[in-house]
Amino acid sequence: MVHIKRLQEEGADIIAIVGDIDASSSIELDLAIAKSVGEGFTKILVDCSALEYISSAGLGVFMSYIEELRDKKISFVLYGLKERVLNTFSILGLADLLNIRDTKQEAKKLANELSI
Amino acid sequence: MANLLIGHVFIKMFKTKALIRLASLCAIIAWVILVFSDITVLFSDLKSLHSGIPTWLPRVMLDVFIISIFYYYKFRIERDENLNFTDLLWKVFATGLIATVISLAVRLILFLLGSTKLATNVIFLDFVYQLHLALFINFLIAAFTSWKRLILYQKSKWLLRAWLAFEILLFFILIYDSIHITISTTITTTAIIITSLLGVVLSANMRWVAYLNFKQKWTSLLLLLLSIFYLVYFLYSVTIWSDVISQQSPVFLDFQSHIFNIALLAFVITYMSFSFLVVLFNLPTSSVFEQKLEEVVNFQRISQSIQTEQNEESVYNILLESSVSSVFADAAWLEIKGSANDQRLFTYQITEMETKDIHAHLEKNNIRGALDQSSDKTKNLSKHLGSLRSTRFRSLLAFPIKVKEETIGTLALLKELPDSFNKEMTRIVSTFANQAGISIENFRLMEEAFQNARYKEELKIAKTVQQSLLPTKLEHDADFEISAFSASADEVGGDYYDTLRISDHEIALIIADVSGKGTTAAFHMSQMKGIFHSLAQQGPNPKDFMAKANKALVYCLERGSFISATYFVINTQAKKIYYSRAGHCPVLIYCASKNKAEYLKDKGTALGMVRSHDYCNFVEDNEISYAAGDVMVLYTDGITEAKNNKGEEFGYERLAHALQENAQKSSNEIEESVIKSLYAFSGSEDINDDYTSMTVKFK
Repeated sequence: MVHIKRLQEEGADIIAIVGDIDASSSIELDLAIAKSVGEGFTKILVDCSALEYISSAGLGVFMSYIEELRDKKISFVLYGLKERVLNTFSILGLADLLNIRDTKQEAKKLANELSI
Repeated sequence: MANLLIGHVFIKMFKTKALIRLASLCAIIAWVILVFSDITVLFSDLKSLHSGIPTWLPRVMLDVFIISIFYYYKFRIERDENLNFTDLLWKVFATGLIATVISLAVRLILFLLGSTKLATNVIFLDFVYQLHLALFINFLIAAFTSWKRLILYQKSKWLLRAWLAFEILLFFILIYDSIHITISTTITTTAIIITSLLGVVLSANMRWVAYLNFKQKWTSLLLLLLSIFYLVYFLYSVTIWSDVISQQSPVFLDFQSHIFNIALLAFVITYMSFSFLVVLFNLPTSSVFEQKLEEVVNFQRISQSIQTEQNEESVYNILLESSVSSVFADAAWLEIKGSANDQRLFTYQITEMETKDIHAHLEKNNIRGALDQSSDKTKNLSKHLGSLRSTRFRSLLAFPIKVKEETIGTLALLKELPDSFNKEMTRIVSTFANQAGISIENFRLMEEAFQNARYKEELKIAKTVQQSLLPTKLEHDADFEISAFSASADEVGGDYYDTLRISDHEIALIIADVSGKGTTAAFHMSQMKGIFHSLAQQGPNPKDFMAKANKALVYCLERGSFISATYFVINTQAKKIYYSRAGHCPVLIYCASKNKAEYLKDKGTALGMVRSHDYCNFVEDNEISYAAGDVMVLYTDGITEAKNNKGEEFGYERLAHALQENAQKSSNEIEESVIKSLYAFSGSEDINDDYTSMTVKFK
């Protein structure tokens, strides 16, 4: 089960994920990101501080947006990942493809830098 | 068995036919004797001669004639199960018609004879009279038998008894008539009163009338009226002749002195007139009865439509049709809200434009909860239509159609007259709507079950495919032993491992995990196998292998799918392992010299994630040396992510520990021990993911 909330801060869209992302709940994540991109945000931050587990399907969702985000010049930063979740990202090599930061401040800073 | 049955029916039919013939023969013989004896008696009486024929003979012969006719009709009419109500009336009418035609022919002959001697001859007149009497009795008994069937339709026990009593009484009257002795006037009168009472009571049984439809009622009225006419005609003719004859001869047997004939006549006439009146007064209500019957039939159609029809559409059509015909609606429409924006409209005598107008009008006047789908109440919206000028309709009735408590559509019925829907109609249509909802729900459940069955079948196939893709034999070498294990959950996963000998001293190994499950996973796995077998043969270095594999896969993997893999080349000459990891779980190595199991740290992105040429920047070439006693364990994330009942994962620590504990054993035993500790941890052998591992022990 997963809860996904979106809120806007200083022109950035923050997607907060609470719970587990598996094959079925990955659809919700996909929808949330698609909406955020569709609404034209140039800075999207993903709050993973309450993300307990992510399956390969969930990772696939992030992966599938990489090219689109780059083409649309949207700065996309994940932050607050738990060690185990971060491990999943790095084993798969996604950590090299995505921008991942520890805290919200760092993530915001990076997003601002990237969007210039 | 069937033959026997047919044979039985045949014998029965044959028997009935024979009995009919016998009865008619008896009747004819009895009548001929009756005529001759009567004429002889009459003649000898006129001439004052002694004929030698007893005067009782004609009377007995008349009884025999009556009984024979009675049996004749019993077999002809009573036993014939194919006759319906109008057929019965038709039989009576036809008998009357034939009798009347014969009678009219005789009258014509009499008319042609004029006032010749023969025409005024008493004996000739007696013959004519006897002929008429026979036709008359024949007609009466035909009617009597038909009435019996009509009265005994939906019979009860007491009704059967009453009828039996009536027949017995009539029989006694017949016997009493022929004995020609007056026992006692009181007894006679009582018998007559009882018979008449019984006759009247029996005549009250008119249930069959209710089952006639409008057309049949008209036919019945006509047939009954004509039958009454024949009866009156015969009564008149027979009376006239008997008067003429009895004036000339005192011994003449007048039918009026025959109580049986009078009783029979009275009964037949009573029932005939009762029937006529009942049918006549039932005419206006027949449409209501038919309507009710139609409702029942419609209801049945809706509930059975699922078994017989193949789609929801037919249920909607039947619902629309039935509702319209039940309430005599002038127009109707049925709108079904499907998934997102897919709205279907079924109409009857109304255009789509008009429905939209009515919709718009109701919306404009802010009448909530009428045609809008969220409404769950049946509403009579007639009063709101009054203000819509453009429409010809003045009454509107809307019903929701619900499936599993959810409104899936609206049925709207329209009439041109104001206030023309009553409570009764509302009730009927809402029953229809409910039944349709149930039918559709059943239909959907069935569809779902089919879908599930098909999906399961598909999974089964995919699983078989997946299993067949895994190697049955692994490449062995003098330098190492290798064993593999794979178990999958009910859902098909995409774990893959394989080996291939490149040269004398080089062996390629692969372990891969396809993201996603089901048939697509099995499909991608087969692609991976193809890539491995074609690329590995050429002996590329591991990084090149990954770069080429990625290039090949980018075109086949859909957005969001990827394959994690680790590719190894074991060089037994150099005693080295060259490998490249593409997003797969880190390799677990047990180093015998250090007596420690640890994970290799390296970088690598899964196949299919980076779609451009710079993928080679995301994978690297690695190499390690091995020595005898070292163990390499390859596995998929199903093992590290296996959870126990507390929700904890098996994890990397436990896996490394399990290897370290058992590293001295053979590759087979190591694997068994690792799997055993995994099952011990998760607490059951019911796995919810795929477990795959490949263990290499170096010698």
